[in-house]
Amino acid sequence: MDVLNLARWQFGITTVYHFLMVPLTIGLSLLVAGMQTAWVRTGNEKYLKMTKFWGKLLLINFAMGVVTGIVQEFQFGMNWNEYSRFVGDVFGAPLAMEGLLAFFVESTFLGLWIFGWDRLPKKVHLACAWAFSLATMVSAYFILAANSWMQHPVGVRFVDGKPQMTSIGDVLTNSTLLAAYPHTIAGAFAVAGAFLVGIGVWWLWRRRNTDDEHRPVWRASIKLGAWVGAVSFVVLLVSGDWQGRLMFQQQPMKMAAAEALCATEEPAGFSVFAVGELTGQDCESVKSLTVPALLSFLANGDLTSEVKGVDDLVAEYQERYGEFYPNDPALGELAGKPIDYVPNLPVTYWSFRLMIGFGALSAGIGLLALWLTRGQRLPRSPWLVRLALLSIALPFAANSFGWIFTEMGRQPFVVVPNPTGIDGMWMYTAQAVSRLGAGEVWTSLIALTAVYGVLAVVEVYLLRKYVRGGVEGVMPPRREDQADDENVLSFAY
Amino acid sequence: MDLATLWFVIIAVLWLGYLFLEGFDFGVGMLLRVLGRTDTERRVLINTIGPVWDGNEVWLLVAGGATFAAFPAWYASLFSTAYIPLLIFLLALIGRGVMFEYRGKVDSDRWRNTWDWILVVCSWVATFGVGAVLVTNVFGLPIDEAGNRVGGPLAMLDWHSVLGGLAVAGYALIHGAVFIALKTEGDIRARARRLALRVGPFAAAPLVALLLLVGAREGSTFGWAATTIALAAAVLAWLRLARWQEGQAFALLGLAVIGTVVALFAALHPHVVPSTVDPAFSLTIAEAASSPYTLEVMSWVALFGTPAVLIYQGWTYWVFRQRIAVHHMPPVQVP
Repeated sequence: MDVLNLARWQFGITTVYHFLMVPLTIGLSLLVAGMQTAWVRTGNEKYLKMTKFWGKLLLINFAMGVVTGIVQEFQFGMNWNEYSRFVGDVFGAPLAMEGLLAFFVESTFLGLWIFGWDRLPKKVHLACAWAFSLATMVSAYFILAANSWMQHPVGVRFVDGKPQMTSIGDVLTNSTLLAAYPHTIAGAFAVAGAFLVGIGVWWLWRRRNTDDEHRPVWRASIKLGAWVGAVSFVVLLVSGDWQGRLMFQQQPMKMAAAEALCATEEPAGFSVFAVGELTGQDCESVKSLTVPALLSFLANGDLTSEVKGVDDLVAEYQERYGEFYPNDPALGELAGKPIDYVPNLPVTYWSFRLMIGFGALSAGIGLLALWLTRGQRLPRSPWLVRLALLSIALPFAANSFGWIFTEMGRQPFVVVPNPTGIDGMWMYTAQAVSRLGAGEVWTSLIALTAVYGVLAVVEVYLLRKYVRGGVEGVMPPRREDQADDENVLSFAY
Repeated sequence: MDLATLWFVIIAVLWLGYLFLEGFDFGVGMLLRVLGRTDTERRVLINTIGPVWDGNEVWLLVAGGATFAAFPAWYASLFSTAYIPLLIFLLALIGRGVMFEYRGKVDSDRWRNTWDWILVVCSWVATFGVGAVLVTNVFGLPIDEAGNRVGGPLAMLDWHSVLGGLAVAGYALIHGAVFIALKTEGDIRARARRLALRVGPFAAAPLVALLLLVGAREGSTFGWAATTIALAAAVLAWLRLARWQEGQAFALLGLAVIGTVVALFAALHPHVVPSTVDPAFSLTIAEAASSPYTLEVMSWVALFGTPAVLIYQGWTYWVFRQRIAVHHMPPVQVP
């Protein structure tokens, strides 16, 4: 593999991995802050138990999110230094703001929250939980601002061959960002919702034949998780539809690729499922199930309009952005070669469908679990438990597929041209990569993947251990030999 | 002072914040198995920095992000040139970062010992790494006209890197020991103080050498003043510590790191990356800086953001100001 592909693999692996921790942190931290609020306001022990139990799982997960996040910031400069030079004037700002305005708050107030039990006044301690969890949402906004700018560059002018920021306001109110933000946040809550439901159902089932004093904890968690999951799914649909409409204007090729829509159709149908070959850049496929005119509706809100297919778009892109890569030796093998404007169709087609399908399935399982455990009912079927546990994985996967779709769907660009915007303002992924030897990028790809792999095992092991430990695991009864000393810290590592 | 120079100063301040704060928490990690003889003692050490280490580390992320925003060309050259050293540094930060949360989660000596050694090794590696990269940057990187590295993956490393790594590791070791003396009671406190007094002068030797070298490279009165302050503060710190004034010693070591960072950045000015290949390829502050508009926006963000950070991080240190000791540790209770 050449440096370009190695660097892309590394970015893909580290980003998808990082984004397993991020949505759980965002979603769960706000839910935990809500649980703690309920406890502070009502004094009901049930909410304290929920706060402690889910809070512990949140912390195990958060540690991984932090350490994998540092890699994200570093690899722009390490693997993608040409990109960094090109976009730094506008792209660096939201990253720096994220650090200064959000991540400082997250890390500091999380420390206060972890160690502040019984040491800070109750309400101040609660405020720390909110500061931390709201900061995770602010973080997400700035990071998505940076990503949205790559998808749809705004707020810049082109000076000396580089974009120069002209309006931070435009960058922070990019239409792509305004649609992507609710979509991503709802995706995070979908993850947290399924997490609560899956583990809650498992606990009800585990103690189905014995008395369990903590049963109200699990019931409340299932209820909260299922409703959060259901509402998130609605928000995902609405914001996803909005994003789709924007994408048909901003990145028509991405949407044609999502559909593997070869030829322009009028009206265009939406393929639900495809059987047959969908390989490489050949967009011929056997579509077995197509909803007529639905794609026209998704793109333009009517049942008759035309949706452009890949073939027509290729011609259009060639005309607008050129047929060949510049004859620049820095581009290596690609210098002077024709530009392939078609993203990887099997990946875009399937990741788009799996994103939607997994998201819907998870929300459905949540509601089913809620229905089957309503009132004082307990789960009797092991199948419901298996389904609920499986459903924990679904929104994680849906998020990953969503990102794989949106990032691979914009290839071969790293900064996608804004069709209504600034002339000459785009960058090919092949131009973005650092001029390094393949050896060092291999080293980094292998080292990070190996370390991430080991850490995944450790994290899953610890999560499992603390899930199985239940409420007693995080709120152990006082031991008799324990000195009744006020000096003993309420919590220490 | 123009905006680009202001941002050069802000980057220096962010590095300062990082080296000051994470310096001592790296030091605590480096000394874990030396000063902590039992598991409970090691828990005491870890808990001196438990609530604050993550906030300390964010200074590095912000230094990186601010360099990206304010000096994209600097960020691009430095990070790609120092590729392998930074990769090792990142791996060390990863190991350290998960260690805090994971070490106490399983009740097994093997588990805790493993994480202990991960903390020790990662702290040493990360401290050495960050010193090596920063100091080598000041003395020059092998970059060509485009700002890309000339030579193989380790081409940037020379004796400046080794000296820089040892200087920062030595400083972190001392600052960590003094921090432990300041934050604990009983045996650990006495042991940490004794270690800082006995080992300190040797551990500080590379830093002294570096300061003299940097002072000579810069040559200006300003540079020598910073160097002198750093050296004097370090000596005073030792004297105050000898008199059991741990707080004053800690603050004086902080002053030493301020002087060191000022001297380093004064020597770097007006460049951000001097080229060791050809001085003509050196990247200056003006060449590397973002547009005035971007710098202005970022200046407003820094103007409001930085004081807020100092206030709430300061508050955290105030909340957790109490000295801790073995008898403060709650029993290990895991599921």
